[in-house]
Amino acid sequence: MERREFLKSCIMVIAGASVPLSALTLIDPRKVLAANPDIQWAFLVDTNKCVGCGFCVMACKTENDIPLDANVTRTWVERYVYTKDDRRYVDSPKGALNGYTESRIDLGKGEFKEIDPKNVGKAFFVPKLCNHCTTPPCTQVCPVGATYKTDDGVVLVDRKWCIGCGYCIMACPYAARFFHPLLHVADKCTFCYHRITKGLDSACVNACPFGARRMGNIHNINDPITQLIMNERVGVLKDEFGTKPQAFYIGLAQEVR
Amino acid sequence: MKSHVWRPLYVVIALVVGLLVFRFFYVPNDFGSGKRGFMYSFHRMSNEEEWKKQPVKYGATGKERMHEYCSACHGAVVKVRTEDLHGIIPCEDCHGPALNHPEAPEKLNIDRTRELCLRCHTSLPYTTSERKRIPGIDPKGHNPGIECVKCHNPHNPRLEEMK
Repeated sequence: MERREFLKSCIMVIAGASVPLSALTLIDPRKVLAANPDIQWAFLVDTNKCVGCGFCVMACKTENDIPLDANVTRTWVERYVYTKDDRRYVDSPKGALNGYTESRIDLGKGEFKEIDPKNVGKAFFVPKLCNHCTTPPCTQVCPVGATYKTDDGVVLVDRKWCIGCGYCIMACPYAARFFHPLLHVADKCTFCYHRITKGLDSACVNACPFGARRMGNIHNINDPITQLIMNERVGVLKDEFGTKPQAFYIGLAQEVR
Repeated sequence: MKSHVWRPLYVVIALVVGLLVFRFFYVPNDFGSGKRGFMYSFHRMSNEEEWKKQPVKYGATGKERMHEYCSACHGAVVKVRTEDLHGIIPCEDCHGPALNHPEAPEKLNIDRTRELCLRCHTSLPYTTSERKRIPGIDPKGHNPGIECVKCHNPHNPRLEEMK
């Protein structure tokens, strides 16, 4: 055999062997479209309306069987306090599972900071949850294909397929993912996929007494949420990361990230 | 060519074929990606159905249809409540998840604790927040240890009408 022949056949064998079987399966675009009406779920948070009661966190944990006493949560509420001498404090004890029943700020590690009421400049509450990004970094890093974005725009975790490596938890810029303490898999907000696909509101939207949380189909121009996103001054978190978040915020401050 | 050149190649080919065979049997058939492509949505398609099957616990008592379901049986109470300040609070926030009530759960586990009321009614000095519109108390000074519902009616919290 000649050198040229040998190299040729080597390359052919390697190229042939490295085509994965899944690359040979054909996807019928019509089938995909039929199973997928044009829905794109989006979330709208009006931070002006939030009072930090934490009913949303309680409802989310109950609905989705997240242990109440474990310090992990799919959604949480942050408190921002700016003092008149230009200091800024942020806390979220237990993710605001029991609301904010104390005026002192939880600095972590068992330390607390009492702020003189006369010194409080502005203060507000911001509910947070998974942003269900259009280009989610968490699904890109999964080595086993256990987390993915559905066609209707929800990022889910396959609990049977997840190996619990935690790459996605690290990859999320919003710290929206956590390790499920009982199931030992990555866990995150599902937009209550079992509820929204049945025409119900997600548990947190359902529980909010003040209408601070709302959800809708951003592909439907007549949807009230779409109208609000188009006409109000909304912002997204960490826009510079290029993740294209689908959770929009009214009344966003520079410090909220 | 001598066999010591071929041997490593055979090993590589065997490894690749072995991997493909293993993959063929191990990876479920419905693995694929939707319209978002390989990068964002390579997954087991049947998992979407598995998530849809997760049991629902809370009914539709939120902003959209909050009083419909409960008022079918508890009409009088719901009527008092809807006309009141607390009318904006979904019933299930205090009364607990009630999707299949009255079948299952037959009796709801009502949260009557002080902590529940304090979620909104702790006095916090935040004049720029919506919180300022809600009357607040100092939990340590206002009858500590006593449940709020002993004096206040949560369905009709107006102080003038307090018993």
